[in-house]
Amino acid sequence: MLCQSCKTQTATIHLTEITNGHRIETHLCQACAQKQGLAIQTQIPLNELLSTLLNVPPEATGTQQNPQEQKSCPHCGMTLQRFSKETLLGCPQDYDVFEKNLLPLILRTQNNRSEHCGKVPASAGQAQEKQLRLTQLRRKLEEAVRREQYEIAARLRDEIRKLQ
Amino acid sequence: MNLSDLSKQPSPWLQESGPASDVVISSRIRLARNLAGYEFKPCLTPSRQQEVLNTLKHALLSVPADEPMFFFNIEEASALERELLAERYLISLPHARGEGPRGVVIAQNEYFSAMINEEDHLRMQVFASGQQLEKCFEHISQVDTHLETKVQFAFHPRYGYLTACPTNLGTGIRVSVMLHLPGLKMTGQTEKFFNAARDCNLAVRGLFGEGSEAVGDFYQLSNQVTLGITEQEIVQNFSRNIVPKIVEYEQVARQRLFEDNPEAVEDKIHRSLAILRSARLISSQEALILLSHVRLGIHTGRIPDIPISKINELFLHIQPAHLQMQAGRTLSPDHRDILRARIIRTALCAN
Repeated sequence: MLCQSCKTQTATIHLTEITNGHRIETHLCQACAQKQGLAIQTQIPLNELLSTLLNVPPEATGTQQNPQEQKSCPHCGMTLQRFSKETLLGCPQDYDVFEKNLLPLILRTQNNRSEHCGKVPASAGQAQEKQLRLTQLRRKLEEAVRREQYEIAARLRDEIRKLQ
Repeated sequence: MNLSDLSKQPSPWLQESGPASDVVISSRIRLARNLAGYEFKPCLTPSRQQEVLNTLKHALLSVPADEPMFFFNIEEASALERELLAERYLISLPHARGEGPRGVVIAQNEYFSAMINEEDHLRMQVFASGQQLEKCFEHISQVDTHLETKVQFAFHPRYGYLTACPTNLGTGIRVSVMLHLPGLKMTGQTEKFFNAARDCNLAVRGLFGEGSEAVGDFYQLSNQVTLGITEQEIVQNFSRNIVPKIVEYEQVARQRLFEDNPEAVEDKIHRSLAILRSARLISSQEALILLSHVRLGIHTGRIPDIPISKINELFLHIQPAHLQMQAGRTLSPDHRDILRARIIRTALCAN
């Protein structure tokens, strides 16, 4: 279907309005919809999401800052305020320094997950590898229980006990 | 490796046709890594950025490879060279237009490239034509494991590989496929495709152009979740579930198009070819739309005399930096339209 306004682009925004019992359908392309003020945001920009989740107003002035926002990383000097604007952290330690504030954001962007269960570098040592293997097994166990695959679940439980 | 020679040849991964290549143009896997003991890019001083660059450059060049590997200093490259590398997907646009000490290591066959000091210290990617994600993953894992014998990456017991942006945390993996979906587009099903992708936590972007609008029915589909799931699970979910489904939907849509209204589709295909063969001025947007129709025509046997590699090659050669590299000088948009039309005419009329 072509856009009713420019008649060249494909209409991707379909609007149905009912005024005084009359039904009016409008079909527009993204550009024309935007011109008419009908833009639809398909994905929330990352920094907006960050500000909401970190509870930091994006344009906060100095006087309104609370101590949490002013806290800076002793290793790199990064603040939550700066992170919420630029969406990039300053150093690996930030993940521990700002853990309380970052965790909700991580859960939100990572489909409610917060524990790595993929590749482990050889240098990370056996203890870490064991920790990760356990996380992986516990996840599989949860999944097996959810699917009522009890035989698999029992096998996973034994494997977890052996590792612990 | 000479960049102006590069501009005359197509990327090998675009030239060959892998499995399901009528729908899946190419596969790509990217890994993001950062060196332990260094700040992330926003807090890294230029001198430490230079240290990261030197360390990773030497580590990357030490990886055993079948192909010669080359290093390019992006900070010292000309603006045109940077844009050329970005058009070939060897570096990202932010890397091309960024600041500070940074570079890229490229395999001669262009299947592998690694950006140093982009958003993360290291972002490396492996390409393959068609649907060959598992092959890409195998290749990039080997490189990663080898690098880990030379350098130490930032790793956290709970969060895995640490990245500057939490959206890449854990595995640091981004799996993506470039798709050509004219069938879904012409049957008005792209919205359905977008919604399904969003429900599966996947991101859809247009392949060409910098906006989100897809020009010429080309899309890039990639994973968004990188944490709490293994690399293998992410790759296999793509290669065994998601991609085969999309390929099937697209093929059904194409079949339906030709059954329901064969004249209309064939008219579109042949008219597009005729314009491309005759135009004296053509914008890249118009060219991409028409090339998309011609690509559909070739894959459905309606245009038997043009090899698909010729069309895939044109996607690169008609872009601004490639045109200017070929002309050997800066061209205004009007002059680019003239040269673009000439290149397309020559390529498609020689048959």
